[in-house]
Amino acid sequence: MSDHRLPKPDRPWMMRTYAGHSTAAKSNELYRGNLAKGQTGLSIAFDLPTQTGYDAGDELARGEVGKVGVPVAHRGDMKVLLDGIPLDQMNTSMTINATAAWLLGLYIVAAEEQGATEDQLQGTTQNDIIKEFLARGTYAFPPAPSMRLIADMVAYTVTNVPKWNPINICSYHLQEAGATPIQEIAYAMSNAIAVLDAVRDRVDESLMPQVFSRISFFVNAGVRFIEEHAKLRAMSILWDELGRERYGVTDDKLRRFRYGVQVNSLGLTEAQPENNVQRIVLETLAVTLGRDARARAIQLPAWNEALGLPRPWDQQWSLRIQQVMAFETDILDYPDIFEGSKVMDGLVAEMLEGSRAEMAVVAEHGGAVEAVPYMKAELVESHRARIRKIETGEMKVVGINDYRETEHSPLTDDSEGGILVVDSAVEAQQTEALVKWRSERDQAAVDAALAEVARVAETPDENIMPSTIAAARAGATTGEWSATLRNAFGEYRAPTGVGEAAGSFAGDEELEGLRDEVDRVSEAIGRRIRILVGKPGLDGHSNGAEQIAVRARDAGMDVVYEGIRLTPSQIAASAVQEGVHVIGLSILSGSHRELIPSVIGALKEAGAGDVPVVVGGIIPDQDVPELTAAGVAAVYTPKDYNLTEIISEIVALVAERNGVAQSA
Amino acid sequence: MTEPRGSALGHRLAERDLTAAPDALNLLESSASADSADRQDLLKATSPAVLGHEPAGHVVGITGPPGAGKSTLISVLVRELRAADRSVAVIAVDPSSKRSGGSLLGDRARIDFDPADKNLLIRSMATGDRLGGLARPTRDAAAALSAAYDVVIVETVGVGQSETEIADIADTVCVVVQPASGDALQFIKSGIMEIPDVLVVTKADLGQIAQRARRDLHAALRSLGATKTSVVAVSSVPPASGISDLIDAVDAHGESVDLVTERAARRRAQALTEFAEEHGRKGMTALGGRRAAVKEVKTLDPTLDVPQMVAELLRRAES
Ligand code: B12
Ligand SMILES: Nc1nc2c(ncn2[C@@H]2O[C@H](COP(=O)(O)OP(=O)(O)O)[C@@H](O)[C@H]2O)c(=O)[nH]1
Ligand SMILES: [Mg+2]
Repeated sequence: MSDHRLPKPDRPWMMRTYAGHSTAAKSNELYRGNLAKGQTGLSIAFDLPTQTGYDAGDELARGEVGKVGVPVAHRGDMKVLLDGIPLDQMNTSMTINATAAWLLGLYIVAAEEQGATEDQLQGTTQNDIIKEFLARGTYAFPPAPSMRLIADMVAYTVTNVPKWNPINICSYHLQEAGATPIQEIAYAMSNAIAVLDAVRDRVDESLMPQVFSRISFFVNAGVRFIEEHAKLRAMSILWDELGRERYGVTDDKLRRFRYGVQVNSLGLTEAQPENNVQRIVLETLAVTLGRDARARAIQLPAWNEALGLPRPWDQQWSLRIQQVMAFETDILDYPDIFEGSKVMDGLVAEMLEGSRAEMAVVAEHGGAVEAVPYMKAELVESHRARIRKIETGEMKVVGINDYRETEHSPLTDDSEGGILVVDSAVEAQQTEALVKWRSERDQAAVDAALAEVARVAETPDENIMPSTIAAARAGATTGEWSATLRNAFGEYRAPTGVGEAAGSFAGDEELEGLRDEVDRVSEAIGRRIRILVGKPGLDGHSNGAEQIAVRARDAGMDVVYEGIRLTPSQIAASAVQEGVHVIGLSILSGSHRELIPSVIGALKEAGAGDVPVVVGGIIPDQDVPELTAAGVAAVYTPKDYNLTEIISEIVALVAERNGVAQSA
Repeated sequence: MTEPRGSALGHRLAERDLTAAPDALNLLESSASADSADRQDLLKATSPAVLGHEPAGHVVGITGPPGAGKSTLISVLVRELRAADRSVAVIAVDPSSKRSGGSLLGDRARIDFDPADKNLLIRSMATGDRLGGLARPTRDAAAALSAAYDVVIVETVGVGQSETEIADIADTVCVVVQPASGDALQFIKSGIMEIPDVLVVTKADLGQIAQRARRDLHAALRSLGATKTSVVAVSSVPPASGISDLIDAVDAHGESVDLVTERAARRRAQALTEFAEEHGRKGMTALGGRRAAVKEVKTLDPTLDVPQMVAELLRRAES
């Protein structure tokens, strides 16, 4: 038998599609369709209210219900969502974090109703809060109680739901927020240490090897796919080391680095969107080519990632990419093809060295929880550097800063521009359905169950899971469970990281020129130009807002940026109190048609109707006229990649509105 | 005829019309010469000379190194003060970038507020070209706002010189330090830092080290004979603790000082500084030299606001 062939090809990885929208029933239909097409696992996308713990009807849920995921408010919704899908066999990944304990509770109850027992359940709750603070934004409680909830879930599942992955440590989102490969590795590993240390306090020491083996990762793979593969090999080495040295795990099998992946989406472009298919294919190679660090589960974005939500056909195309890769190519036929490669070994060694050094810095800050402000600032800075490279052309992005001439793309020709548009009636329907649900349940049982959740929350020695499952069974809602814990734990706003981003632009003449212009206009107005960068709604996409804020500062403006998740009235109040000359709103979650007019309405009410408003984010072309009619002065989308140019236009707008003559 | 903008805004503040505050601040921040007369009118309208008494608001300075927890503390302080139905204005100062002149005004993000609450104002300021921990308009803003709000909180940048500067504009200075930082003890012992009115040790939730820091600072202050300074340990993360003790300490200090005398002395000192900045050696010589000027300024009507004092000094120098 030769050692360059496997005796029998490997089994393919699990194939998933990250999906969910509108209602539980609509999403169930979608899941069944995907499974029929050969998808082998489920991956549930929840809407932002469910992820942050609000029910439809709550002020904070406005415009967001059913938009970017499915709303699941109670066991009834969960039942409909999973109807006809046998939970004793299915492997389900749930992208849920702050409210993970609750959604796992609903899942367990839905399984119970199907006749499946806890020990049969397989799947993953993402449940990684540190990366929510750093990059993803769907947190609800302060760091300490959040870590406790995670530890409780790990401790509960390791004995009761033994096939469950209670947490997926995510480096995926860090790369999407601008992280370098080394930051991705170092922050993910430091995060894992924080979680394991927290669990160690809550389980019997003898269970730690078992606990260690239940921790899986969710990573990213960018288009520099050779380097990205090296990154994954480095992670598996570090993980093995950590298991052996820090947690004394002696069984090799329990130290295996297991990961799922979604390939890079940050680099997928709005311009010439068909090119994204090549990018996705190449990125998939990073996580499939080398057997020693191959993904266990893969989900791929679609060609229209930067345009809006994918339709079933778009998702099918991405699923087919996986199937071609697994079933037509010979990728699965061989042992590790990089073994003995000098290039690969060299890259891995570089990654190991760099990430060990960065892990040491995090440890010096007191570990991952304490280092959140540090890591956040580092990410914003890395993203600043990345964008700068695109602007200067040092990093080529085909169709963006090079090869821009293009034929017309037929892919976006349909009336909705080649994306899925969620019916806005969904929000009212879900709100009404919830009223009905509440009127039909045993209210006294719900009250008692929630009182018990509150009691356990205040009792750190007890595990939150049993009372949570009981509340799910009693018919409590996502918003009620979350409000109970918000009440016990308090709330939290994560750091924005923008204050520290460096911004040295020696020799950048365009920016130098802009600074002169900012000085000139400021002097004419009497005050330095002041901009408020605001993020209305539950949207956690902060990259654009952060980078605009940093560049506006570097151009010489005074910048007020309060971070994500603000209500329209909060933004209006800040604008008035701060006396800003212009407001820049950033929305990527698809709720701009509801929220932008709300902000403008709130500004008028607060007496600041004359302050110009510009908007940026994922705004489909067909929505622009509506926003302009509502009073928006300008709209920017990912096509507008040059930040200095955007800021120049904003300065010109401020000059015009304040009657400052154009410069000669 | 309608009243000129500056005095109109000033009068509205004096009548505790809090909706005038943002515009008043826009005016005070303006460096346009066209706004200069309005600016002076506004300050005059909120001065003791016109009000007939010192503005009633208590100006509280919050200083201490970056990261000590000043903004987070202000967030819970504001909540507690508002619960007691006291109106609050916060001026949060952040540094400007030397390279670009721009700034990221980040303190606001740490301070929770209810947008429907008309009795709370949070305003950020950038230091601009000034060194130290305050912005050029901070003093004027604090003075004007103290005519309208019950409490005016000023958060400094918190580096170097600011510790002394804030004492020039606040009635009560709180220095905020985090446990185990050690700087505060050294600063106090070496005299770099003036002895604060209230010393706040934050992050008491971190447990023993916070209690120890509180005891050490207390002992150090006693050994320096600073028996009046209270030392309070607080936690600003839920469940917050020590906040009402802090408010009591700040209130007690505010009541213990002779505001009329102290504020007048601060205004006079400021007037002299501004006179010297504006009129240079020539101006000072005209007043008979620095020592004579110091005497001269003490003869000024103590109820005048700073620009009026400067104007009066100029008149005397020219006569
Ligand atoms: C990166 C990313 C993430 C990161 C965000 C990290 C972070 N901290 O920002 C992570 C991985 C966390 C993430 C998560 C999610 N994402 Co996402 N994400 C993206 C992605 C790939 C890129 C966005 C980005 O950051 N670009 C880089 C920045 C610099 O560009 P930008 O924000 O567009 O800004 C530019 C302009 O728009 C403009 N601009 C933006 N803001 C402002 C503000 C002002 C004042 C001005 C003047 C200009 C301006 O200027 C910038 C310069 O070019 C997009 C798809 C894409 N390729 O665009 C999807 C996308 C936005 N995400 C999407 C979704 C659905 C999600 C989730 C909600 C999924 C889910 N159900 O859980 C989650 C949850 C996030 C949350 N809490 O809200 C959808 C939104 C769909 C829609 N609008 O209908 C998209 C479009 C992908 C898709 N096709 O499905 N995401
Ligand atoms: N554990 C703990 N952390 C705090 C407390 N107060 C502030 N912090 C944290 O300390 C950091 C700095 O706080 P900030 O208020 O911005 O400090 P400032 O620079 O002095 O204004 C933030 O990460 C806060 O969350 C506290 O009482 N306890
Ligand atoms: Mg601060």
